[in-house]
Amino acid sequence: MTWQIALPEICLGGAGLIILMVGVLSRRNAFTTATLLAIAAFIATGYLILAEAPGVGYAGLFVADAFARFMQLLVLAGAILALLLSLDYNKAAAIDRFEFPVLVLFSTLGMLVMISAGNMISLYLGLELQSLCIYVLAAFARDTRRSVEAGLKYFVLGALASGLLLYGISLVYGFSGGMDFAEIRAALTASPAPGLVIGIVFMVAGIAFKLSAAPFHMWTPDVYEGAPTSVTALLATAPKVAAIALLLRVLAEPFGHLLQSWQQLIILVSIVSMLWGAFAAIGQTNIKRLMAYSSIGHMGYALIGLATGTAAGIRGVMIYMVTYVFMSAGSFAIIIAMRRGRQPVERIADLTGLGRTDPALALALAVFMFSMAGIPPMAGFFGKLYVFLAAVQGGLWTLAVLGVLTSVVGAYYYLRVIKVMYFDAAGDALDKRSGVLSTVAFGAAAFTVFFAAFSQPIIGAAEAASRALLG
Amino acid sequence: MLITAVFWIFATILVVSAALVVSARNPVHSVLFLILCFFNAAGLFLLAGAEFLALILVVVYVGAVAVLFLFVVMMLDVNFTQLREGVQRYAPVGATIGVVLLAELLMTFGGVRVAPSLATLHVAPIAAQTSNTEALGLVLYTHYVLAFQLSGLVLLVAMIGAIVLTLRDKPRARRQSIARQTTREVGDTLLMVDVRPGQTMAELGIFRPLTTLPQAPALDLIGPTPPVSADDATGRGDAA
Amino acid sequence: MTLLLGKYFPILVFMAIAIVLSAAFIGLSLLFAKQKPYAEKLSAYECGFEPFDDARRRFDVRFYLVAILFIIFDLEVAFLFPWAVSLWRIGAFGFFSMLGFLAVLTVGFVYEWRKGALDWE
Repeated sequence: MTWQIALPEICLGGAGLIILMVGVLSRRNAFTTATLLAIAAFIATGYLILAEAPGVGYAGLFVADAFARFMQLLVLAGAILALLLSLDYNKAAAIDRFEFPVLVLFSTLGMLVMISAGNMISLYLGLELQSLCIYVLAAFARDTRRSVEAGLKYFVLGALASGLLLYGISLVYGFSGGMDFAEIRAALTASPAPGLVIGIVFMVAGIAFKLSAAPFHMWTPDVYEGAPTSVTALLATAPKVAAIALLLRVLAEPFGHLLQSWQQLIILVSIVSMLWGAFAAIGQTNIKRLMAYSSIGHMGYALIGLATGTAAGIRGVMIYMVTYVFMSAGSFAIIIAMRRGRQPVERIADLTGLGRTDPALALALAVFMFSMAGIPPMAGFFGKLYVFLAAVQGGLWTLAVLGVLTSVVGAYYYLRVIKVMYFDAAGDALDKRSGVLSTVAFGAAAFTVFFAAFSQPIIGAAEAASRALLG
Repeated sequence: MLITAVFWIFATILVVSAALVVSARNPVHSVLFLILCFFNAAGLFLLAGAEFLALILVVVYVGAVAVLFLFVVMMLDVNFTQLREGVQRYAPVGATIGVVLLAELLMTFGGVRVAPSLATLHVAPIAAQTSNTEALGLVLYTHYVLAFQLSGLVLLVAMIGAIVLTLRDKPRARRQSIARQTTREVGDTLLMVDVRPGQTMAELGIFRPLTTLPQAPALDLIGPTPPVSADDATGRGDAA
Repeated sequence: MTLLLGKYFPILVFMAIAIVLSAAFIGLSLLFAKQKPYAEKLSAYECGFEPFDDARRRFDVRFYLVAILFIIFDLEVAFLFPWAVSLWRIGAFGFFSMLGFLAVLTVGFVYEWRKGALDWE
């Protein structure tokens, strides 16, 4: 039994138990302590992930390879950023309870397991651990009607999605006779039975829900808006990475040779997401809802890479997710900083005149908006570049052209935010922002601006990871 | 022969009661039909040879989940006639989706083709003399240890989630403190007083300390109180 | 297979008797008892006056909390059965694997105890 293969996850789980005990046994409010401990645990886990040797363990349930390592580090980065943001936000919103970091930690553990899953059982358990924590987190501000509504909506729809996924898994099991990815791959012939294809469709639908890709996106705007902003910041980063990693692994490993069966599906989901993300966002006035529609669009772009089914495409998806995590976390740092008279404000109109009242913050937000619109030399441009390149190489011209067109539409609403900040009449100044928020916002902004300068190792790692996945 | 008959009985009751779960007007009846469903499903599991699953279905689902459903149904203050108003309106949509799903299922069963190497694909085939429960135990804790521990964490998270979302910390609530109860001594609560003839209660000074009352005459109206301190005999009186 | 089902045959017989008996009790009383229902007889009895409102009241959410904590430990116990049966064949690893599982849930138990979730005012 090579149990050491999951050492990072075991340590993270142990750390979660310890933090829970520290929190419940301490007499004072242990929120800050618990959050800092959780961040330390994430950093230690990241170090262990870097140090571990690739391999397969637990009778095939757990896979550690270059792909898993890349995506796991990205998930940890997203979770650390979200916890940093929660340090400030949760105190202001009076939800600074120590269970918060504990739930974030277990949710992250679920994501790590999802990414490393080598079997349908570990896939499902990881996904459930992740989702269960996030349902609770979305309703964490339990005295706020909107937060409870967000939690309930996410839970009901999430349970439905889990049901779809399980139904898909059961069909795949029935037609292949195995739960292990390698076994399934070995058992499937090149021309699959229709039942198996239906199973794959159900699985993709279930995972696409977690990814908030259209047409399974219905929950996204309401949950983004209703959940506490620190939870939204988490929701927009780490679980997306985990879900897309899961989708990549499931489609590339057990069903890799059935490209014909799922390619059309991914293309469809990608197109619908891009269109929906671009057009539905135009009328939004709430910045959290805007980010929700923006994330739907981004998932559409990322899926272009998967639709090609090539190593270049998967590399594109991975680079896209790296840029997406940082610009998304940075944007949410600024949204959390939007506070006036100790009350959070979240309308786009509340940003008026930010260019004069707080030029540094306005500049950072402008960087993120340019990056999300895909304007060079920001990070978001490179993300889009690599997936579009892969689409063109793979002959998926329709997707590439549609991607560019919807980017132009999307640029309209991103640039509108910049217009409101710099060209509208100045409103009242925002409250003074805390040091943590500034650090996250400006750090992420620096990453986004100078991505091109240090992108080589990241692209190299993504290249190696995508090869490892397609192996 | 008998097995086939029993199968059909269980299966018929299962399907009928499942239909009643969704169509019953009273949600409490729905839950009761659900319990009937669980029992019949357990019977089917038993017929299929999965005795452990059958018993777990009865213990966990009938014993706990159905009770939880009842609580939830009774906890929600919903008007059930109002709730059913949308049924007519949404019925066509639901029916369409149902038909599509049925078509897909039929397609699936039309294309059933068992993998040629299915027999060899079993990770852990059950040996002839091993009972169902034991066969499960043989793989669950060793082969699937990762899944097993993860399910432990899922349970833990469910526990944390339930407490985080529903537990209200009431600082004024009176809680039982066993340590205080057991370490209490006679002297803490009982005052022995030697009363001489003709002496009044007021002279002894054993009234409850009514410091909040402004003037003395009130004391006479209330009259003498038994010589027991505010901490009553059950030892539960640590109100804040 | 048939061996297994043979063990459950008495339960089947038991169920059949239970169904026949209960059906007989209800059926016979329907057949032979005098049935004269009228509005007053069928209405809910409330000591001397008309019922004020629906008997269905909202439950406190704390009942739910107790029920869900019960389910969690119920499931934990469900995991113990196969373990107990197969302990002699799964060795030390299987033993300690269960101890790890129990440790996780014990942490949860300590958590709920300290939070006061088991107290009832």
